[in-house]
Amino acid sequence: MKLYSLTISEARNLLDRKEISVKDLVRSLYERVDAVEERVKAFVTITRDEAFKMAEEVEKEITEKTKVTGPLIGIPLAIKDNICTKGILTTCSSKILSNFISPYESTATSRLIEQGYVLIGKTNMDEFAMGSSTENSGFQVTRNPWNLERIPGGSSGGSASAVASDECIAALGSDTGGSIRQPAALCGVVGLKPTYGRVSRYGLVAFASSLDQIGPITKNVRDAVILMNIISGHDPLDSTSAPLPVPDFTAVLGQEIKGIKIGVPKEYFIEGMDREVEVSVKEAIKNLESLGAISVEVSLPHTGYAVATYYVLATSEASSNLARYDGMRYGLRVEGKDLVDTYMNTRANGFGAEVKRRIMLGTYALSSGYYEAYYRKAQQVRTLIKKDFEKAFQVVDVIVTPTSPTAAFKLGEKIADPLQMYLSDIFTISVNLAGVPGISIPCGFTSNNLPIGLQLIGRHFDEESILKVAYAYEQATEWHKRRPNL
Amino acid sequence: MKDVDIINVLKYEAVIGLEVHAQMLTDTKIFCSCSTKFGSEPDTQTCPVCIGMPGALPVLNKKALEFIIKTGLTMNCKISPYSRFARKNYFYPDLPKGYQITQYELPICEHGYVEIAVDGEIKRIGIIRIHMEEDAGKTIHEGEGNYSLVDLNRAGVPLMEIVSEPDIRSPREAMEYMKKLRTILRYLGVCDGNMEQGSLRCDANVSVRPAEQKEFGVKTEIKNLNSFKFVEKALEYEIKRQVKILEEGGKIKQETRLWNSERGITESMRTKEEAHDYRYFPEPDLVPIIVDQKWIDEIQASLPELPDIKRKRFVSEYGLAEYDADLLTSERPLADWYEEAVRLGGQPKAVSNWIMVELMRLLNEENKSIEGCTLKPKQLVDMFKLIEKGTISGKIAKTVFEEMYKTGKDAEDIVRDKGLEQISDEAAIDKAIDDVIAMHPKEVERFRAGEEKLIGFFVGQVMKLTKGKANPKMVNELLKKKLS
Repeated sequence: MKLYSLTISEARNLLDRKEISVKDLVRSLYERVDAVEERVKAFVTITRDEAFKMAEEVEKEITEKTKVTGPLIGIPLAIKDNICTKGILTTCSSKILSNFISPYESTATSRLIEQGYVLIGKTNMDEFAMGSSTENSGFQVTRNPWNLERIPGGSSGGSASAVASDECIAALGSDTGGSIRQPAALCGVVGLKPTYGRVSRYGLVAFASSLDQIGPITKNVRDAVILMNIISGHDPLDSTSAPLPVPDFTAVLGQEIKGIKIGVPKEYFIEGMDREVEVSVKEAIKNLESLGAISVEVSLPHTGYAVATYYVLATSEASSNLARYDGMRYGLRVEGKDLVDTYMNTRANGFGAEVKRRIMLGTYALSSGYYEAYYRKAQQVRTLIKKDFEKAFQVVDVIVTPTSPTAAFKLGEKIADPLQMYLSDIFTISVNLAGVPGISIPCGFTSNNLPIGLQLIGRHFDEESILKVAYAYEQATEWHKRRPNL
Repeated sequence: MKDVDIINVLKYEAVIGLEVHAQMLTDTKIFCSCSTKFGSEPDTQTCPVCIGMPGALPVLNKKALEFIIKTGLTMNCKISPYSRFARKNYFYPDLPKGYQITQYELPICEHGYVEIAVDGEIKRIGIIRIHMEEDAGKTIHEGEGNYSLVDLNRAGVPLMEIVSEPDIRSPREAMEYMKKLRTILRYLGVCDGNMEQGSLRCDANVSVRPAEQKEFGVKTEIKNLNSFKFVEKALEYEIKRQVKILEEGGKIKQETRLWNSERGITESMRTKEEAHDYRYFPEPDLVPIIVDQKWIDEIQASLPELPDIKRKRFVSEYGLAEYDADLLTSERPLADWYEEAVRLGGQPKAVSNWIMVELMRLLNEENKSIEGCTLKPKQLVDMFKLIEKGTISGKIAKTVFEEMYKTGKDAEDIVRDKGLEQISDEAAIDKAIDDVIAMHPKEVERFRAGEEKLIGFFVGQVMKLTKGKANPKMVNELLKKKLS
């Protein structure tokens, strides 16, 4: 048996039955990493020494029974490189943070540490999470394990690719406009963006603060549920985390979906969408109906403005969030003849083209004289988009859409055309603007054997409904069992 | 600027508005739990939040919010039930995040006023707004090297910015207004008001206009006014400078100017065209501040009695003179000290006199405030009792008081240890009088010849001989008896 191909719950069983040790599991994963990473390039940092140290500690705790058993004890996970891990490089795949070792631990990973997880490595991403293909990494290009000539999606392309190629049991990503769901869809794995405020952002390096959320990328829905149970919940260190109780998400696994109302937004099935994607998603909706769900057409009338709205708001926040990378306290510093020169040298050398483009866009949108026309207007449209969802959710429990308009595209195919690239997130962006939860699950393959994702969207703080439907669908289908041939 | 005629200045009216920054006296910073203590080693009071580490997030200190609401209520402001933070974006090495978290569109306090007294007239100065923000770090230029250092201990210390209406008409009024703010802030315990350490800072907007004109003239902003004196001096200078330009047919340039205290002038810092575009936008890392009326009411109920009201009460309740009441209420601890002494049985006017004359003198000598004073009100009252009982004279009491102040010992112990009890024994005083008469036969003769004012001389001699301890009343009576 190949231990690296296990899911969290499968590995849990074997560990609890003492059929394998944590070290066996970790060793197997690094064997896999050694075998495929050269081709996949999912990791920015591989934390082999730390992982074996963590494994040893966890095993000690298991034998000494100092740790109460939990689902995550000894489970090796990969973490996106924009989530701060104490004492370990946290680069955001940016040259400007290429030497940044975080002095503190993010809340999300602190909760994983409490549960005894093992860190396999930090995964590659589009620089500062800005991109949809992971090609904007300042370090390397990650490949899609289903076809090494294709992109894994982004920006959590490293995490999705690492999960899909069995280089970790599961991973954490972050999602600002689709950065968990789109790469999950393109890599044939499960990716959940929680409701804004469900998971603490403390220690998540900010791209767009009002949109960013950390979430799991896993091999199946059950594993997503396991991780959600651990990382969710109010954090006094994040004012925007919701002071709400967190339900036990495992309770929804296996619940019937008979009678549940699923909304199909007409604006999401548009001209120009990939034919194979459309067919798969429609097939999936039929499948859900066969499980007892009732599908209803709904309208999200402001969908057409989502991408524009997103690129005003996200870049505005980013232009401010990225101001701290000035070469004064940490990270890259390129000296110049005076202060302004040092700022300019540092930022000119440290940031990649896409990051610079977005800083400029955002700076422009916030500038005096343009603020009303861009930032304020975009905020107003955001409210309208949110209301679209609220209205739809008065009628339906879950909304179903494709995750991405196409399957994985070729490396370099869209990198020269930012607008084409931005459209990769056309189906995922509204979810962030509205702050609602969304999950992508595998729902088919193209004729080229590339995965296709189905997106389920829920009400605010109702991850339970989308997880319930996702799990029911997963149980009724085989897509999630397919693995790439590496 | 001697060439500006005083008459010219009088033809014009100054219009002044002040922006006052006050560091709040919270124990911890506004968005993290680092200490706000002043004067520690550089960068020892920092954390990922206030140092602007990637991924760190701010969380509002509730105490800072309470402090600003207190201030707003005291300054008659409307407290907004919904307000929020904004980011002010600019690059500077002492600004770790590249933006300052402040309030912009929706400040917490608006539409208030304070009253100042100028030449006996009460004048109301409007407050446009009071908002919260974080302080920046401190840039230190030292040594010969081509570099500066930054200390981030101050980064994230809570500030409130109090913005006045352009209601101020003279440098004198500006200073009185500043003093008034300082007194209120200190009364509330929300700011120590220390201008030297920068806990209270002031920028001034100033313009001039011909006395009969309604529209405001073009204004300049003066930065770096870190003492009451500088507020007055800089405004005086700037008004004259502007009048001179206008009188010479010139135009005032809208700009930011810096007060140079060494040269006593204001200097151009940047023009309007060079002004920053701060690109304010709502701070997405902090949720809007929702304040419920119940909490505002609780804070209102907890407000201390304010100086103006206290002063009036001191006059009516204790029969003090306006001037004395004003001084005694200038600082809350001093007023508290006074009232404690009165409560313990001290005669109100006597307590006031002893504070105003003796205690203030001793404190001033050491450049100390009442807070640093070890002498307790009870000790003063106990000393009064010794005077009443005749154990010590009023004169000796001054010595006793100074000793109490310096050593912290009680009056009774000092009197006993130093043998300062008043001599009321007739025989002992008689003896001293006899000695004095024997020593000064000429003066006795002159007295008996009718030079009665010499009685003072004899009293003095007797007191000298008894080291001031003789009961002065008895000395007087016995002397008259013996000399006649």
